[in-house]
Amino acid sequence: MHEDTHIGGGHSQFPHTRWSAIIASGSVNPSERQRGFEILVAAYWKPVYKYIRIKWRKPNEDAKDLTQAFFAKAIEKDFFKGFDPGRARFRTYLRSCLDGFIANEEKAAHRIKRGGQQKILSLDFANADKELNLAEIPDPNKLDDFFDHEWMRHLFSLCVQQLQAHCQNSGKTIHFEIFERYDLNEDGEDKMTYNKLAADFHLPVTQVTNYLAFARREFRRLLLEKLRELTATEDEFQNEARALFGIEL
Amino acid sequence: MSWLSDNVLNHLRSVAEHPDLSHTKYRCLEKVATGGMATVYLAEDTELRRPLALKVLTAADSRGDLAERMMQEARIIAALEHPSIVPIHDVGVLPDGRVFYTMKFVKGRRLDEHIQNTPSLPERLRLFQKLCEAVAFAHSRGIIHRDLKPENIMVGDFGEVLVMDWGLAKLLAADDAKSEIDSSTIQSKVRVRSPTKLSSQATEHGTVMGTPAYMSPEQGRGEVKQIDERSDVYALGAILFFLITNTPPNAFDPMQEHQQLRPRQINDKIPKAIEAICLTALSPSKENRFASARELSEDVERFLNGQAVTSYHESPLEKLARWVKKNKFVVSLLLVYVVMRFLIYFVGRP
Repeated sequence: MHEDTHIGGGHSQFPHTRWSAIIASGSVNPSERQRGFEILVAAYWKPVYKYIRIKWRKPNEDAKDLTQAFFAKAIEKDFFKGFDPGRARFRTYLRSCLDGFIANEEKAAHRIKRGGQQKILSLDFANADKELNLAEIPDPNKLDDFFDHEWMRHLFSLCVQQLQAHCQNSGKTIHFEIFERYDLNEDGEDKMTYNKLAADFHLPVTQVTNYLAFARREFRRLLLEKLRELTATEDEFQNEARALFGIEL
Repeated sequence: MSWLSDNVLNHLRSVAEHPDLSHTKYRCLEKVATGGMATVYLAEDTELRRPLALKVLTAADSRGDLAERMMQEARIIAALEHPSIVPIHDVGVLPDGRVFYTMKFVKGRRLDEHIQNTPSLPERLRLFQKLCEAVAFAHSRGIIHRDLKPENIMVGDFGEVLVMDWGLAKLLAADDAKSEIDSSTIQSKVRVRSPTKLSSQATEHGTVMGTPAYMSPEQGRGEVKQIDERSDVYALGAILFFLITNTPPNAFDPMQEHQQLRPRQINDKIPKAIEAICLTALSPSKENRFASARELSEDVERFLNGQAVTSYHESPLEKLARWVKKNKFVVSLLLVYVVMRFLIYFVGRP
């Protein structure tokens, strides 16, 4: 998961709040526009790829090409300019753009190299395929939910990566390690205890809980920042926060 | 870092959902319950190192009305120092502007869950009496709960009864209230939209709030000014109905003539006297109910002591049966005496 993509998402180089990548992607300033697209691609390529694999039943090579082609076309044709936050969530809009795009590609006769020459993005498709193998087979009637769920999984993964980088850069590696052991532990909190962590890290239990509280707080902040980047308006941001995390802001 | 499984993802979502307590002395541990308006978390007071319950407003509150309601709830609980009312510790505002308060973390089970292991009627009635006492105390302070139901009652590990969720509570009119609530003491700490307004106005326009099966007819009709102690008595009657039948009573339907199902229609072993108490409390007209929670409790006490209850007019035969039941020992002695006399009479005859 570390090297999924080198575009955008893994690096928090943008203003912290009130910055929407969706709005930026429609900017007249080319560099601003480019950065907006990079963030959107970083946040969406994986759910897009998985969705093409599952919903459109594409072999991995075709799905790779279609993913690349979709984003290339989105940049070229300004797909996201037509997004109206008053009508739907951005991810819903993106998914409908994607469905339209694939349907058109299906109809087109020249599909062999439709995206093959547009490998503008460095995306770790092998990793996405591994994840697909690990995931439960989605209900064919709930593929929209599957897209949303995979998007959320990817969003959280990006934020965990950001948290790790943030902790390393600020000399708080141990905070992240405690977070990783306690909150990212596949066995859940049942198997890991504050006392065990305190013994392993040679820290008082209160210090362990303080470090964990810090990491969780930062994680929440990063998630909300990322979500703000990926929404166009304050209303959409609040609706997404409520839908994804149950957070009222 | 490996792939985030669904388990880890769900856990992280709950972590992300935790309120930001960075500027407080509290630390969030886990979510305990979510209601329509607020979420309750298990938290820790990092200074005193003790667990507590932290209630945070979670519903959208663009107009600030819910924040005001939360504040009102906090003030009401603060005014009610009673063993059956969970004490509040603190109230404040989170960095994102949401009101929260902390209170004692109660270990126990909800009344509806607790009674699954409490088959005996007298035991259930004793719990009910404790509930009546707490409600009577609130009434003595000029406060009406307005949302009494089994889900809002906790039974602690030692059988203590705790009345929870005072979010819909109403302060009676100032003239009637004996409340000593001083709202100014906490208003300085909390931003609320109309800090001078107290709860009695919060539902004055007749918004219907509460839980239908436990809601009095006047509350169901949105007649806020008609709501008084007897509205809670109705809810207590509904809880008594649930305690003796394991079923909630019919919800009040304003479109139909209110015809309450009788407990003995569900279980004919229920004593007539306790059914009468229950139906008196559940009278559609509040004038026909017990005047107070205390009166209701006293009638239950009479039943438990084998005395005649005020809600039920016994026939002479029933009086005799109750007298026999209450005086089993004396009756047994009397019977033994009569039998002995009988035997002596016949055995001693030549």
